[in-house]
Amino acid sequence: MNAGIAQLQMQFRDYTISLYQQGFLDDQFTELKKLQDDGSPDFVAEVLSLFFEDCVKLIGNMARALDKSTGTVDFSQVGASVHQLKGSSSSVGAKRVKGLCVTFKEYCEAQNYEGCVRCLQQVDIEYKTLKTKLQDMFNLEKQIVQAGGVVPQVDID
Amino acid sequence: MATKYTGDIEKTKSADMKKKLNVLIVDDDPLNLKIHERIIKMIGGISQTAKNGEEAVILHRNGGTSFDLILMDKEMPERDGVSTTKKLREMKVTSLIVGVTSLADHEEERRAFMEAGLNHCLAKPLTEAKIIPLINHLFDA
Repeated sequence: MNAGIAQLQMQFRDYTISLYQQGFLDDQFTELKKLQDDGSPDFVAEVLSLFFEDCVKLIGNMARALDKSTGTVDFSQVGASVHQLKGSSSSVGAKRVKGLCVTFKEYCEAQNYEGCVRCLQQVDIEYKTLKTKLQDMFNLEKQIVQAGGVVPQVDID
Repeated sequence: MATKYTGDIEKTKSADMKKKLNVLIVDDDPLNLKIHERIIKMIGGISQTAKNGEEAVILHRNGGTSFDLILMDKEMPERDGVSTTKKLREMKVTSLIVGVTSLADHEEERRAFMEAGLNHCLAKPLTEAKIIPLINHLFDA
């Protein structure tokens, strides 16, 4: 039983570190985790839930604003949604999503339609990938707790 | 009497009078509201929220409302942070007001926000590490 828990804990540690090393997460995610305690055990999950709702809403706004069939493309509307998504992703430590938003914003300002469409596709893929990865991380946490273990603090530095 | 805050934040007016730091968080983003509320709670304060500047003004207009600190987002619908800060100062609100800006904001935008009546400005995302020294500094001044 203890060997099983230790193995799960090591898996969790390695997986979490890999998310930072591969650029999915940055220090702001670490800051978010510091705000979670026994009194608020689901804080990070609740924040991430809000973030992913934001992603769906804002990407939908961007897609509509970039839809040429409705008339002229509204780059300022796209830019406004990108700005919001950049803010949200920065707040949760979603590093890759934030980075894509920086590039996306530049294409908006240059009114580069093809660049914007490419970025939209990439942002959509990226947030969904992050969602899956974080779900896997939370699943590992759950397995550790169900096995009677404690989720280890992971030192990124 | 100046008090250094490390863990719990307490505003000390006299040896006999202590109360928790009372903070108004003004932001249209539910994500930021949740994070900032949690930060304030973790440092021992209590908070109330307003979804935009107009709500913040209405809160003060109705009277009986007083905050030690207001965290003011800049970009908000209905009434933005600059306009809200100006209005609150016109209403003689003496709370410390800290603007919360995006790193993408230009220097002129940040200056205009400060000139509206802020005591200080912080860039998002907010963390305990940013807030605690600022609160110490502002309440020691």
